[in-house]
Amino acid sequence: MSKNSKQLITHNSQLLSHSKAAEIFNKDFDRTTWHDETLYFVRQKRDKAAFQINDWELLRETASQIKNNVLSNMHDYLLQFEENALKNGIKTHWAKDAQEHNEIVFGIISDYYGGNIPKDTFKGMVKSKSMLTEECHMNEFLAEKGIEVIDTDLGERIVQLAEEPPSHIVMPCIHWKKEEIGELFHKHLGTEKGNKDPQYLTEAARQHLRDKFLTRPIALTGVNFAVAETGEFVVCTNEGNADMGAHLADVHIASMGFEKIIPQKKHLGVFLRLLARSATGQPITTYSSHFKKPRDGQQMHIVIVDNGRSTQLGREDFRNSLKCIRCAACFNTCPVYRRSGGHSYHSAVAGPIGSILAPNLDMRANADLPFASTLCGSCSNVCPVKIDIHQQLYKWRQVLVQEGYTPTSKTLAMKGMSTVLSNPGIFKFSGKVGRMLMDKLPFLVNNSLNPWYKQREMPEPPEESFRDWYKKNRKNKKYI
Amino acid sequence: MKVALFIPCYIDQFYPKVGIATLQLLEKLGCEVVFPQNQTCCGQPMANSGYEHITGDCTKLFQDNFNEYDYVVSPSGSCTLHIKEHIPLKGKIYELIEFITDILKIESIEGEFKHKVGLHQSCHGQRGLHLSQMSELNAPFFSKPEQLLKNLKGLDLVTLDRKDECCGFGGTFCVAEEAVSVRMGQDRLADHLKNGTEVLTGGDTSCLMHMEGIIRREKHPLKVMHIAEILNQAIVVPSSEL
Repeated sequence: MSKNSKQLITHNSQLLSHSKAAEIFNKDFDRTTWHDETLYFVRQKRDKAAFQINDWELLRETASQIKNNVLSNMHDYLLQFEENALKNGIKTHWAKDAQEHNEIVFGIISDYYGGNIPKDTFKGMVKSKSMLTEECHMNEFLAEKGIEVIDTDLGERIVQLAEEPPSHIVMPCIHWKKEEIGELFHKHLGTEKGNKDPQYLTEAARQHLRDKFLTRPIALTGVNFAVAETGEFVVCTNEGNADMGAHLADVHIASMGFEKIIPQKKHLGVFLRLLARSATGQPITTYSSHFKKPRDGQQMHIVIVDNGRSTQLGREDFRNSLKCIRCAACFNTCPVYRRSGGHSYHSAVAGPIGSILAPNLDMRANADLPFASTLCGSCSNVCPVKIDIHQQLYKWRQVLVQEGYTPTSKTLAMKGMSTVLSNPGIFKFSGKVGRMLMDKLPFLVNNSLNPWYKQREMPEPPEESFRDWYKKNRKNKKYI
Repeated sequence: MKVALFIPCYIDQFYPKVGIATLQLLEKLGCEVVFPQNQTCCGQPMANSGYEHITGDCTKLFQDNFNEYDYVVSPSGSCTLHIKEHIPLKGKIYELIEFITDILKIESIEGEFKHKVGLHQSCHGQRGLHLSQMSELNAPFFSKPEQLLKNLKGLDLVTLDRKDECCGFGGTFCVAEEAVSVRMGQDRLADHLKNGTEVLTGGDTSCLMHMEGIIRREKHPLKVMHIAEILNQAIVVPSSEL
């Protein structure tokens, strides 16, 4: 294969629209069934956990209001957090975008070695779950500098070994079956061929990761909540890998999007009760690790990242998407996500929330995502911080059309439809033939290809329309 | 009570029987029903596709047709929701079922329908208009369409595994995301078939049209009826009112 054609394929695969990727996903009927049922099971677990709390809806409302307050006072809370974090001995860094974030992280590693990273003895970094570093493509950036990043969350390690991005922000390898993981571990970790026993495979990963934890001097974690009042931050994991990494390393770097701030420590109770119940149906994550100051001899850094967030904060219709606590409840309930998989969203954060966040970062590349929804509204109902996700999907559609990110053919079809539907004279064609030729209705817009008919019969045109029937059968009525 | 009927464009052209059933049902329930004849569409197909800004003419036409009425009634949750959210009217628009339960204050319709019926809760009717409680919320159960159906003699309402999952129609979604749309419809139908539905019903003809398209293609033993058709067929009208 020539270099050019290879580039073209890479280029095209990056541009694969959600609908095209979803079509490919759906070719495997049974796997789609399995994916849907697996995630729906998580949604049901969420329901069970949520409904055990009598005040669940009040809890959601409280969280929503706290986050609204944060969005309105972002500047002050961030400065308050920084002041307190500095007092605690944490070093703070501000990154305006992904590039700056990655450079800061590299700079911290480089400084640790006095500007001269020893190529022969340096073992790289261990990292616990951080979707922000996925958003910033940090692993790739550091790899180019010769620094290997080992993901220590089991699911993330699996997709990392498979050289894939996560397909879900809470369960990164939910699209993998245990047989396939057995195969992957056999290849990379030397487990027995054909062994798919989850306990055996997890133990193998544990031993493999233990070695990494013990030998790597730098650990990076994400941040679930940063408390302005105290300058501390909280990281929630089920595997304890954030603690293991941070406690064994000489340098702990925490990366956070600036919206992770909450005003006071007492507010943690609200969010910790909501987060795990919404995410997996657990009452709380196994570990809710509070980091306040470095231990003796350790460095603790926090990188506070903007990367488009202040732009989103300035978009009135979309700002409250920044309330998101990354529980992924909207993924699990979304009938489209469950039947198209996370990779079809071609964005670090997939699912309904990803579809309202991604266009802010790049409208052209993500113009398809707000259309990957039926606007059923289930996402907004499960959201623990009450983001009006489906309404923002609708609003993004308006913005994307007006900014010119839709194909001309669609605009022409819509204008044609609008003309027909706003002119009763044109609309009232009579008779069966007219209805058969009626090609301006929404389900027939693309009538040249007619995707409706691929797997569905067309409605059968009746002998007469309702209005014709009405004229004949309700003659005594006032004709308006 | 005088009501103006809004019959969505696709019902007018493809499912006149739904419009007729709605009209007859409202008449049987004692309403005087008029159909303003210059009506076409609410503009939702364009708006949901991102073209709300070109729906001005549709909106004006709608207002010209319906502004003189206190009550506008439509057999579609989806169109009703769009109108409520986007088209200011002098009167008010109601989805058929909520009009019956909330305005006519009818809790139960006397009638008979001896079939196993599966109800498709369309999303806009349910989550948009709150015709039923939503499974995501920790809140007391209610369902306006279920209440009317359950009270019909002989009607056996099927319990579904997923009582309010979207069918995948979604306006232009049904063609733009054809693969997922069809799969969602197939899965809804599988739930109904598994649980014994004989007659599939709902308050939105658009969802039913999508699922009917799959039923006919895959030759499933399911009959599709709009809820207005069931209620209109079942209702027993006291002879003095006939």
